[in-house]
Amino acid sequence: MIPAAGISASPADAQVRPVRASSLMRRSLRLWRTRIGLILVGALVLLAIIGPFVAPHGQSAFIGPPFSNPSGKAPLGTDHIGQDVLSRLLNGGGSILLTAIIATAAGLIAGTVIGMAAAYARNALDDVLMRGMDVIMAFPQVMLALVAVAVVGPHNWVIVLAIALTTAPRIARVARGAALPVVERDFIACSEAMGVPRWRILFVDLFPNILGPLMVEASLRLTYSIGVIAALAFLGLAPNPGAANWGTMIQENRIALAVQPWGAAAPIIAIALLTMGTGLIGDGIARTAAGIDRARGAE
Amino acid sequence: MTVPELDVQPSEPSGAAVTVQDLTVAVSPSGTPVVSDISFEIARGEILGVVGESGSGKTTVGLALLGHARRGLRIASGSIHLAGHDLLALSEDQLRRLRGGAVSYVPQDPASSLNPALRVGLQLREVLEAHSGGRDAGHAERVAEMMREVALPDDRAFLRRYPHELSGGQQQRIGLAMAFANRPRVIVLDEPTTGLDVTTQAHVLSTIRELARLHNVAALYVSHDLAVVAGLARRVAVMYAGQVVEIGTADELFAAAGHPYTRRLIGAIPRLTGGRSLLGIPGRAASPGSRPPGCSFAPRCALRIDECEEAVPPLRAVAADHLVRCIRAELVLGQEQSRVGDPIEMPAAGADAAALSLEDVVASYGRQEVVHSVSLGLTAHECLALVGESGSGKTTIARAIAGLHHNWTGTIMLGGVPLETSARHRSADVRRRIQYIFQNPYGSLNPRRTVGQIIEQPLHVFGLTDGREAGQRVAEMLERVSLTAAYAARYPDQLSGGERQRVAIARALVCDPAVLICDEVTSALDVSVQAAIVELLGNLQRDLGLSMLFITHNLPLVRSIAQRVAVLHNGELTEIGEAAQVLETPGQPYTRQLIADTPSLETAKADLGLGDSPAGAARPGELA
Amino acid sequence: MNRFRSGGLTGFMLRRLLLGLIVLLMVSLVVFAATQALPGDPARAILGRAATPQSLAALRRHLHLNQPVIQQYLTWISGLLRGNLGMSIAAQQPVTTVLGPRLVNSSVLVAVSAVASIPLSIAIGSWAALKREKIFDTLSTNLLLALAALPEFVVAVILVILLATTVSQVLPAVSEIPPGSGPWDHPSALVLPVLTLVIAVAPYVSRIMRASMIEVLESDYVEMARLKGLPERTVMIRHALPNALGPVFQVIALNLAYLAGGIVVVEYVFNYTGIGSALQEAVVNHDLPVVQALAMLIAAVYILLNLLADVATILVTPRLRTRL
Repeated sequence: MIPAAGISASPADAQVRPVRASSLMRRSLRLWRTRIGLILVGALVLLAIIGPFVAPHGQSAFIGPPFSNPSGKAPLGTDHIGQDVLSRLLNGGGSILLTAIIATAAGLIAGTVIGMAAAYARNALDDVLMRGMDVIMAFPQVMLALVAVAVVGPHNWVIVLAIALTTAPRIARVARGAALPVVERDFIACSEAMGVPRWRILFVDLFPNILGPLMVEASLRLTYSIGVIAALAFLGLAPNPGAANWGTMIQENRIALAVQPWGAAAPIIAIALLTMGTGLIGDGIARTAAGIDRARGAE
Repeated sequence: MTVPELDVQPSEPSGAAVTVQDLTVAVSPSGTPVVSDISFEIARGEILGVVGESGSGKTTVGLALLGHARRGLRIASGSIHLAGHDLLALSEDQLRRLRGGAVSYVPQDPASSLNPALRVGLQLREVLEAHSGGRDAGHAERVAEMMREVALPDDRAFLRRYPHELSGGQQQRIGLAMAFANRPRVIVLDEPTTGLDVTTQAHVLSTIRELARLHNVAALYVSHDLAVVAGLARRVAVMYAGQVVEIGTADELFAAAGHPYTRRLIGAIPRLTGGRSLLGIPGRAASPGSRPPGCSFAPRCALRIDECEEAVPPLRAVAADHLVRCIRAELVLGQEQSRVGDPIEMPAAGADAAALSLEDVVASYGRQEVVHSVSLGLTAHECLALVGESGSGKTTIARAIAGLHHNWTGTIMLGGVPLETSARHRSADVRRRIQYIFQNPYGSLNPRRTVGQIIEQPLHVFGLTDGREAGQRVAEMLERVSLTAAYAARYPDQLSGGERQRVAIARALVCDPAVLICDEVTSALDVSVQAAIVELLGNLQRDLGLSMLFITHNLPLVRSIAQRVAVLHNGELTEIGEAAQVLETPGQPYTRQLIADTPSLETAKADLGLGDSPAGAARPGELA
Repeated sequence: MNRFRSGGLTGFMLRRLLLGLIVLLMVSLVVFAATQALPGDPARAILGRAATPQSLAALRRHLHLNQPVIQQYLTWISGLLRGNLGMSIAAQQPVTTVLGPRLVNSSVLVAVSAVASIPLSIAIGSWAALKREKIFDTLSTNLLLALAALPEFVVAVILVILLATTVSQVLPAVSEIPPGSGPWDHPSALVLPVLTLVIAVAPYVSRIMRASMIEVLESDYVEMARLKGLPERTVMIRHALPNALGPVFQVIALNLAYLAGGIVVVEYVFNYTGIGSALQEAVVNHDLPVVQALAMLIAAVYILLNLLADVATILVTPRLRTRL
């Protein structure tokens, strides 16, 4: 454990001071990277939402020979069975995004509660909870999703459950790590001395003070979730095999990369931009939080 | 040691070991000065004390003597003549050859300044190797010698320890050994006894005195503790807002200071003898960049006139070897002795009903017993001070009373009714009647809530009032602690340490408690702020008729607030009685030892004259 | 009086090993329970529709399917411990035969990736910390940030587009290792998969290295070392580096473990003959014994790597050592 940095001229000064969530978001927007991230994510979310309504053709409509080059009818060419790449692209993001957001949110809620409870308890409960988390974390995310799908089948709820289940312990670790120093602080002891009920202490006193690291980790997890869901589709395990899905498209069309790259390249670019966007947002928040802490410590 | 070959023409030598002229250190890109106009000299074998509160820039000046500035700061102008060179004209490489050799540094926090991954023997040896051109068989013997000089064991086993295996005092002695290793000409000591127990501090201070005398070293001793400085330094410089505001001999300064700030500072120091109220200084010091155009102390000065705000007063001589930065210095010098407060009206701790009583309380951490069968009583309307060093159990007792520490047996009664061990199991009324104020002002307020919400919280928890009435009560409490109602909308990180403690006090008093427990509430504050808070607490306690348990390790502070005092040592109550009696004529040897080890302005002269105070002499092998 | 009792460290390792075994046991329960939830009849799946009731019954007896669940679990576990991982339903061969060579291939892939990525990441992170906010730092940080966000299969396919098919064709798009040979016989087949895995891991390790190094460089003890007049090289190597590496070990282990899962996708993309693609095939074919065996294997590797990381951290942090 690296000792704290900075000899303070005044005693008891170098404490990490958490930031209000709204001001954290606002301040992080000042960084160019957060703005770019937000633009990317915004654009792709927009694409995913209104895409199906502006697609020139149906997602399963055959409009030409397979793997034909871009033309007026199909600006990005056709895919492995002759469907319009552009239309499938516009239709292909929604399910990935929705599943990722739901799964991440579920994991976030569960993980935060578990992490905070473990940090606050600081006793046997802490050990038990964290060992439980360790068991789940013994599986890489993709693998657990694969096993789950192998056993039950590629249904939406299975994927959501698998991802939520593997996201929760990772969030729990971060939440616990962020909560431990806060739990030691006197204002928590003050609430305890007044007899405030435990759940109130957790959600009203503790939770607002761990928002910074939590927000950063949440954006990281969202990025991963998107990746895992797309990877599952890529591996042929999407809920609706025939439906347009960026991951599935890549797998279907990569065989023709030398001939008609757009079938695979377009969804690749879409996923890449989306994940880079969420990654940038997360990094922007992280930097802002760190910068605020540094500036505060120097006061 | 000889002056190293630095390939630079040595500047003209002067008699002093180090001469600083017009030093200015500024923030790096913007150029805002952090310290400015600093000039002083230290002769060989002399100790110059530099005193100031937080933000005064004293550490910055200390580091500048090594040609070093913290990240984000830059030594902007001036000159520092040391060992025949002007430090500010040297390159980084040349400076490195002087650091640790001709001039060395003893840091404030030994625990974090020693590398946790390296054995202490190595960290000692490398300072020798760096200045003698490499490894040398003679170094092992030198290291052993260094250890003996600082009264630490010199055997190999001890040297193979890691820093975390040493006590605070031992770590600090290692720091001293490293600093004196190459027989430097100048040593900068940056508050080296902060965080050490009084007893340990006394030992370390006498070691410093001894070594400085032995090696004829010029020393700069930076501190916020005037009493310590008084016992160590012949001359003292007082810093405020980045400037030296007064410099002279310790005798003269403490007898009759020339600068209003120095006077107020001395008046804020608690005295062991004579129960006098402490006077704080209104307002707070301006940070770099927002300092006023004229005299930086003017906004808070009682002697301010219009001329003070026009230009920065020059540092001028009011006597031989006594310089003051004040245009009204003569007026200040003409005032009587350091202004102390009026003697406190202490209502006699009469035969009132016991508000709180402890009987045979035994408290433990896990299986380790830390409080051994303590019994004491706190009567209504009285203030009882609980003193002891770290590990004495005073905080454990306090937390047990508040129900924050659950692992205790025995009886604790509030108004005759026995209490449950844990706060959760106590009734709301009981919880309301015992209130607790914590030591750390930066940790005891929820950063995510406004001041108003923080003070209101007990009202909601105990169901007393809410809505508009609660808001009014909050405003009332803020006035009572000398903050304005406007503070209610602010967040804690916008407040200073003293202001935060006032908020904590307001929060504790808002629900009309019977017993107030103050746990080292001023230990993290500057001296003048401490005085103001103690003043406030004392007044509130007397006005509201509270029973107060005041926990502190600072003995002299007791005289300014408490009627009775209880002394704890290793979990046992060794002495209890009237404050005046216990502190002026202590009955127990431990109490006598504590008092003897406590630095104070009154006994400072004795320390200086003799070189070692009898209590402080350290023998080799003794713990620190 | 040397406080570092070697018994303390060995004791710690044994305790952690025991804990790891318990976790592994729990994992086995979960894996087994999960596979029990599958609807359908494995015997029928193997023999097909034309099976006679007698052959079905015989196969069920052979597969222990008519025994109580606990019995089946114990049989499976004891088989595992003896090295018998069951029969692959799809290949009709012992799982060990099917997975053996693939395990070798995957191990080589992970090992080469680790050896390539870890020193590189540490170097990049340290250099970026040293030359903070200068060009190298800004460039590397932003580049690695972008790469970190991309899912591995995206990276893999982009590499294929850039280097194997569309933009240029210098490397093979497919990295199949024929049976009977090893990856060392086909080095060019390793390049793209290794590159993908390095790109997956390097950003995280270098980022933590940079952060750790910066914190150490701003610490009190590094400042003190400089104030003692030590040469800058000594400050960096003796004082800064050992303290900076502590947290990095954890992250390295986590990332190696992550690789264990990540190879599934990467092997699939490049058709690399390893356990990752075996897992994908087994899932698609409902080949449960293989899925179970791989799940246990990967979990065991993960747990082992975490243990090694904890031990390494303790070795580098004397303060933790003496508490044992």
